Amino acid sequence: MTELELAGQVVELVRRLGGPGAQADVVVTRADLALTRFANSAIHQNVAESTVGVRLRLHIDGRTAAGSGSVVAADGLRALVERTLAAARLCPPDPGWPGLTAPTPVPAAPPVDEATAYAEPDQRADRVGAFVAAAGGLSTAGYCRTAHRSSAFANSAGHSAYGSSAEAAMDGIARSGGADGVARFAADRLSDLDGAELGAHAAAKAQAAADPVELPPGRYEVVFEPAAVADLLQNLSFYGFNGKRYAERQSFAEPGAAQFDRAVTLVDDPLGASGLPFDAEGTARGALTLIEAGTTRAVAHDRRTAADAGTQSTGHAVAGGATWGPMARNLRLSGATAGPASATGRSTTGAAAGAVVDADTAALVTGVRRGLLVSDLWYTRVLDPKSLVVTGLTRNGVWLIEDGVVVRAVRDLRFTESYPRALGPGAVLGLGARAVRQPDRVDGAWWSAPSVRLASWHFTGGASG
Amino acid sequence: MTEFDAATAAVQAALDAGARYADARVMHRRYESMTARNGDVEELTQDESIGIGVRALVGASWGFYAVPDLSDTAARDAGRRATRTAMASGRVPGPPVDLVPAEAVTASWASGCQIDPLGVPLSNKGDLLVDATRTMAEHGADLAEGLYQIWDTSKWFVSSEGHRIDQRIRECGGGISATSIGDGETQRRSWPSYRGQYGTTGWELVESLDLAAHAAQIAEESRALLTAPLCPSGETDLILGGEQLALQIHESVGHAIELDRILGWEAAFAGTSWLDLAQLGSLRYGSELMNITIDPTIPGALGSFGFDDEGSPAVKRDAVRDGRWVGVLAGRDSAAMASLDYGGSVRADGWARLPMVRMTNVGLEPGPHTLEEIIAATDDGVLMDLNRSWSIDDKRLNFQFGCEVGWEIKKGRRGRMLRNPTYTGIGPLFWRSMDMLSGETVSWGTPNCGKGQPGQIGHTGHPAAPARFRNVRVGVSA
Repeated sequence: MTELELAGQVVELVRRLGGPGAQADVVVTRADLALTRFANSAIHQNVAESTVGVRLRLHIDGRTAAGSGSVVAADGLRALVERTLAAARLCPPDPGWPGLTAPTPVPAAPPVDEATAYAEPDQRADRVGAFVAAAGGLSTAGYCRTAHRSSAFANSAGHSAYGSSAEAAMDGIARSGGADGVARFAADRLSDLDGAELGAHAAAKAQAAADPVELPPGRYEVVFEPAAVADLLQNLSFYGFNGKRYAERQSFAEPGAAQFDRAVTLVDDPLGASGLPFDAEGTARGALTLIEAGTTRAVAHDRRTAADAGTQSTGHAVAGGATWGPMARNLRLSGATAGPASATGRSTTGAAAGAVVDADTAALVTGVRRGLLVSDLWYTRVLDPKSLVVTGLTRNGVWLIEDGVVVRAVRDLRFTESYPRALGPGAVLGLGARAVRQPDRVDGAWWSAPSVRLASWHFTGGASG
Repeated sequence: MTEFDAATAAVQAALDAGARYADARVMHRRYESMTARNGDVEELTQDESIGIGVRALVGASWGFYAVPDLSDTAARDAGRRATRTAMASGRVPGPPVDLVPAEAVTASWASGCQIDPLGVPLSNKGDLLVDATRTMAEHGADLAEGLYQIWDTSKWFVSSEGHRIDQRIRECGGGISATSIGDGETQRRSWPSYRGQYGTTGWELVESLDLAAHAAQIAEESRALLTAPLCPSGETDLILGGEQLALQIHESVGHAIELDRILGWEAAFAGTSWLDLAQLGSLRYGSELMNITIDPTIPGALGSFGFDDEGSPAVKRDAVRDGRWVGVLAGRDSAAMASLDYGGSVRADGWARLPMVRMTNVGLEPGPHTLEEIIAATDDGVLMDLNRSWSIDDKRLNFQFGCEVGWEIKKGRRGRMLRNPTYTGIGPLFWRSMDMLSGETVSWGTPNCGKGQPGQIGHTGHPAAPARFRNVRVGVSA
């Protein structure tokens, strides 16, 4: 039975068991997820799963409940409907129920690469092998992942939709004398992942990160590589451009206000890569500009937050959204349309050679009189959601830049910084031209960004405290 | 076909396909959560998931495959695929893999439960959250939130060595939080902690928390915090409440003693550890007051079980004794690689996830003092409690934690409230500065411990009590 048939069957069961007044939306997803993980230059964990899940949300007699399950046999579906109906009837009234998505066109999703969707474990292992070999004897660790989702939506208002997606990602480090270098990339096609290229990048950066010195805490100008910028995008999305947090006045976002530097244009673009063309409520997904040339333009909405705000859903409903709010999870920070395209001189020297692996970053580095090049951020946690003050650490390589040249490796630093303030008017001194797609921890989400040069970043502690 | 039949078929198929060892876990988990906000139920979610995960070892390489289907055909196919995946792992092989011996037992185990949490009427559970959140809203909270979560997990484990174990573990818990929103920041107070307290118990745990009785106070405190003085910056004596100390243990001891991290298996993601196995038994981790145990046998604690997810029985062990590092959290393969003779700390987040080294109950043995004695003995310091943010480096050394609330301590007395309290330090230096420890121990439950790729959420327990640490850097801000 297809996903769409299963979803329709659940809608029909709700109608039969709950009566004509019961409103239901149903998502059925089959997923083939596989992840080949390596450490100490060997594959040590290699997993795959073939799963199916049904998620039902229903509203009856003014009350709402949600249920989900992995049993798609007839008795399993009936049990899901029965227990969700029973739960809804025992719930207090839900005056904020926004109603169901009416039948509306849903765009075609980008085509799925079949070779990625049905990749064999040998294919992932071979990419891992290439990464390991390219690291030239350095110890390596990371993963190669493939994911395929096939998903259908149906509701009792007569709306239905279908889509599928495939994604491949590789994320690895090379280790040299206690210093790590990282390479990370997500793509629609497994064939676009070049294990050898990624392994060589990680190794070059690891070797350049050797013998780090400790720097005193303080404010430094920084060049963030795409992996570090991805963390900024995630936190801006979850805490700032979330329609529920915005309604609760917990967000910094002020649509219409010039809150960011003019260089910043941020778009959620779920169909800019392989992805499902509808959200958890069946609303069509599409591009949403969150920041345009520094001015906040929008926050993400699902049907519930949109109804509260007197607007339309932007297609960002997720399971559990009543609690967590709508999420934008495919952010693209636009690169510079003009500006530094290539370095005019050397950007590294001596032992730090290899710290810069692309022309974009090299060009940004050449403009820095004294600052830090940061590859990656780690364990970032929010101290205050409204100002979006975040603490975290650098990871996988930090280097000191002097007079436009990376001169030496630096030990990891802790920072405490307000992300909107760090990207505020006048604070962005440069962007690379090429955005690099960074995988999320979960397939289907990604963060695409170029390298970014910021005027100031507040490092509040060194590696030794 | 029973669950044991499915697991047995999967293991046999894995062996037939070439595995030298295989095990299989059938898991059936029912989950329920409810959230409430400002006097209304916000979301009710129920989930039921059933499936089988098979692990196969071929040569020195592991493979794992999972499906939500317990038919004989599906189970056998999963076993074969696990072996095939292990063979693919062999294309980039590692060192030889051994498993420390584990007695092949046939056993059943169930956690204690007085009131079946899924049997409590939803209306009662909803009323509890609605009443508490309404009270918080009436007492000044801009955002009054309540939550409970319930997991009811049955699992059946079979290994090619002859294990045949079934367990039923019921877990639940909940809590409330009040947030007040100012012009430029928010302040939050929670009870008994943010997102609640959890255990391997029945609904009696949630009843014992008496959420409604604490609602008004935390709402008023969250409002008062908006205008409270900032936590001062500098070095001072720090007193941590038990809930925050539980998180401190989790992050700076629990993760650091995970053997997979020490061996580098998590290097690219969760990270490694500052600990070196060559120093096991000799390294001074903390002061002599520091006695940390790994104890999955604590009745009702969230990290308790009868057997871990590769069939090792629950056993209490020392991790730190009199301040010296003496033990690790291990699995059968990691232990063998480290020339240790015990596993016992391997668990999987559901049938579709690979079992891996996880914390069980990792906590402090009680100390000789009380919180009031500690305050009375402190001339100048800050008391902080209830975690608000946590961050620690990939070696589990450099940490910075934020708490919901601080109190000034002057001349042995608790003074005014302080807002935005944070503290930072280096794990072993911090633990060596602990000079007073209370005996008012609570086994705090952490139901959201993330680890692994694909991601897994672990449930861990942390016995902890208030303690004092000397000369700690506090008041870090942006």
